[in-house]
Amino acid sequence: MAKLDWPQQGKAALLGKRHDRIDGVAKASGAARYAYDILEDNMVLARVLGCPHAHCRVKSIDVKPALKVPGVVAAEALKKPGDEIQWQGDLVAVVAGETEGAIAEGLAAIKVQYEVLDVFAQDDDLEAAQKAKRTRRAGQSTKLERDIPDEVEDEEAWEEQELQRLFKECDKVIEGQYGIPVITHMCLEPHGSTCLWQGDKLIAHLSTQNVSGTAGQFAGPLGIPATDVTIHCDYIGGGFGSKFAADTWGVTAASLAKKLGRPVKLMLDRDLELKNAGTRPSGFIKVKVGVDGNGVVKVWDSHHWGTNGIGGGVVSQGVIPYVFDPPNRRRRATGIRVNAAPARAWRAPNHPQGAVLSQCAYDDVARELGIDSYEVFQRNLQRVSNGKTEVYREQMEIAAKLMDWKAKWHPHGKGPRNGSVVTGLGMALHTWGGAAHNSTAELKIHPDGSVEISLGSQDLGTGTRTVIALVVAETLGLKPEQVKVNIGYSTYPPSGPSGGSTTVGGVSESSRRAATAALNQLLDKVAGKLGVPAARLEAKDGRIQDSQNPETCISWKDACSLLGMSPLVAKGEYRRGRTKTNLSSSQVAGVQMAEVAVDLETGIVRMKKFVAVQDMGLIINRKAAESQVQGGVIMGIAYALFEERILDPQTGAFLNAELSDYLLPRLGDVGEIVVHLYEPPSEYQRGVVGLGEPPVISPGAAISNAVCNATGVRVPTLPLTPKRVLDALAKAQG
Amino acid sequence: MSEPVRSRGGFSRREFLKGSGAAAAATAVVGAPLVAPAEEATGLIRGAEEVTLQVNGKAHRVRIEPRTTLLEVLRYQLGLTGAKPVSADGCCGGSTVLLEGKPISAATTLALDCVGKQITTVEGLGAQDNVVQAFVHQDAMQCGFCTPGFVVAVKAFLKKHPYATEEEVREGLNGNLCRCGTYVNVVRAALEVVKGGRNG
Repeated sequence: MAKLDWPQQGKAALLGKRHDRIDGVAKASGAARYAYDILEDNMVLARVLGCPHAHCRVKSIDVKPALKVPGVVAAEALKKPGDEIQWQGDLVAVVAGETEGAIAEGLAAIKVQYEVLDVFAQDDDLEAAQKAKRTRRAGQSTKLERDIPDEVEDEEAWEEQELQRLFKECDKVIEGQYGIPVITHMCLEPHGSTCLWQGDKLIAHLSTQNVSGTAGQFAGPLGIPATDVTIHCDYIGGGFGSKFAADTWGVTAASLAKKLGRPVKLMLDRDLELKNAGTRPSGFIKVKVGVDGNGVVKVWDSHHWGTNGIGGGVVSQGVIPYVFDPPNRRRRATGIRVNAAPARAWRAPNHPQGAVLSQCAYDDVARELGIDSYEVFQRNLQRVSNGKTEVYREQMEIAAKLMDWKAKWHPHGKGPRNGSVVTGLGMALHTWGGAAHNSTAELKIHPDGSVEISLGSQDLGTGTRTVIALVVAETLGLKPEQVKVNIGYSTYPPSGPSGGSTTVGGVSESSRRAATAALNQLLDKVAGKLGVPAARLEAKDGRIQDSQNPETCISWKDACSLLGMSPLVAKGEYRRGRTKTNLSSSQVAGVQMAEVAVDLETGIVRMKKFVAVQDMGLIINRKAAESQVQGGVIMGIAYALFEERILDPQTGAFLNAELSDYLLPRLGDVGEIVVHLYEPPSEYQRGVVGLGEPPVISPGAAISNAVCNATGVRVPTLPLTPKRVLDALAKAQG
Repeated sequence: MSEPVRSRGGFSRREFLKGSGAAAAATAVVGAPLVAPAEEATGLIRGAEEVTLQVNGKAHRVRIEPRTTLLEVLRYQLGLTGAKPVSADGCCGGSTVLLEGKPISAATTLALDCVGKQITTVEGLGAQDNVVQAFVHQDAMQCGFCTPGFVVAVKAFLKKHPYATEEEVREGLNGNLCRCGTYVNVVRAALEVVKGGRNG
């Protein structure tokens, strides 16, 4: 009998080793087809017109002039007179045509009249937001060591008094302000789909993180049953949390395709992609911390604000303070409604902001007290929210060695100066869940020995296909290339959306379960043939053999021929919280350290070295795991030093909604990146834990702290652009 | 290799521009009428004409307007979707192809300007290409959408700098953007090719 549990550590043939992606050549050679690349016979292209105003009411809309443009086959209004629009770029009309040129001309011909309304677009300015009545209270929670006495009536007033008393008891009280603005997802493949109908049935080639969960989102608005919708996505050009839905433009493409009787490809243009299809909420904070002489935080009191767009939400107060869990704390949050599209989940929702808004304050404790930041972080590890004190301690030691922290450390602003350049170190810690999502897989062993597994999952860039192939091949004693992996169709058994670092756990669960069940059926057949009890048989190196006497064996192919005419089919199912499992678990830590060089004359920050130490349970594909961590770090460098959404405070116009204006790091900007996968035996025993989110969380805080260490001055708000650095330096000099 | 289009198809750029409005018999590749007289008011020049483009060593007859980008032709007429539409301003390198061996952004190059020149797309390199293979070995990809553009850029860069050092690679490949953060492994892939010595 094949056991469900993972092989003992060190015994796996494939798991944990370095493997090339099975779809690597397809991606690198241009053969991989994304939703944008799907070509259907008689297909037309479609583009949408975005509203130029951040807040307005549509007075009239006339699409008829577009229809006169040669090559335009359809033009439809997506808004009607009287509709209120709350952000620049909201979709106003759609034009379908034979060529991009005709469509561009058609869009330009559409006549829309707007009544322009008042705009609010300053998410960093709490006072202005309050004056404009754009704020809403987004929660307050207080935790104090002393219980509130029974006789107290006004609990908030008592808490206030208690906090003041606690601050007075502290050796030092430090105040700070920090900020992290809105950024976009900037998926290089914009949102969109290629939709076609076969009779009453819709096929949507959709750029999606959610193959199994999107059919209903098309079906509902189109008035058809979900059984008539097939979602297909072999490859997705970036999602990062923004591609879970059909979206209005997806439904628009489907309904246009129906009306025209032709396939329609509707992908958002870059500027409309940025204006509509996903942002990360901003966060700005005022913090007061009370510490003892060792830099251990005893009291935390903060108020943070920011925006998630027109809804007026803000970074969850649950991540403030982040990882560290001081004995006394009060946190308040205020959301601001700005004229901008609603935010979407952005890789590790809330956590990167939490890290910046909290751990910059912890680093300022080190700066104020003149203590090594490493010491301050270590001393505060006694109280952490996820109970992983020892893991953090060990990870910090490893990271410090890789960074050569002790040799390089100098007190904030006191390092050697090389011309106008100073260097500095900073660190941050993070936490994430990463539990496996629900997943069902169906595995077939054909009588000719070929194996295929099908599940409605997707490859977000993680290397999902390769993970599945490795798990199945490991289980069946085959090579990964012998396993045909079918993902990307909603017609396959459902698997969860790829969000929250849940995919590798989920597909490993269902694939291992399906493959083990299938193998056990096969072993029953082989047992009779070999005259060995099934319980003693194992699949190894392309054979089924007697585990006690490997000479007694049968090749995989011969074993499968015992199946007769029909393939063997087995299902593997995993339900989070309901399926008992040793295959996966959740909750990781992670420590990152940054070394930067700052030019005091130009304000330019350069990455010198970055160290990421990450736990992740059992590793399936070491090569892809390392890539995942590198990628998270680079995406973190992006929001630490380069990217932000810039809204014009007067008009709400999104001023940098093109790639040439929206800065991102290039290959030469990222410096040396050292990845260390933390894996004592205890990690392997935990089974698979998701890895996608954790490495993107700490870079903002770590890099901000490194710049502060280099210059001795806190640059309060990310990204740390030359202007912000120079402004902070000038302010510090008075 | 076919002859340049100019001599074979009787095409000339001046005639194309002058006559574009009158090419009334033209039809779009997808079959619907496309051509209309130029509108004087907007100064637009419309009208498609058939030309030959040399792509990956083969001659292809395509229908283009003066405003048609190379990227649009490659993707929608020739089915070569390796070059990606990522940004309209060409600053990301996603649509990188080789024109006469030099890397260009197909998204910001008019198809008309490519007539008579050799165009090589990522598909022209093939699965066995050493740069493609190095990208796979080094896992220099995640979602993969920027990867073909990067592969072509690395190809062109190493042709010019066959013995590039790591520093030169970091200096010389900043025309391509990746959002997933594959830069570290792109550098490694380029250096693997340099070590293999087959990049001339």
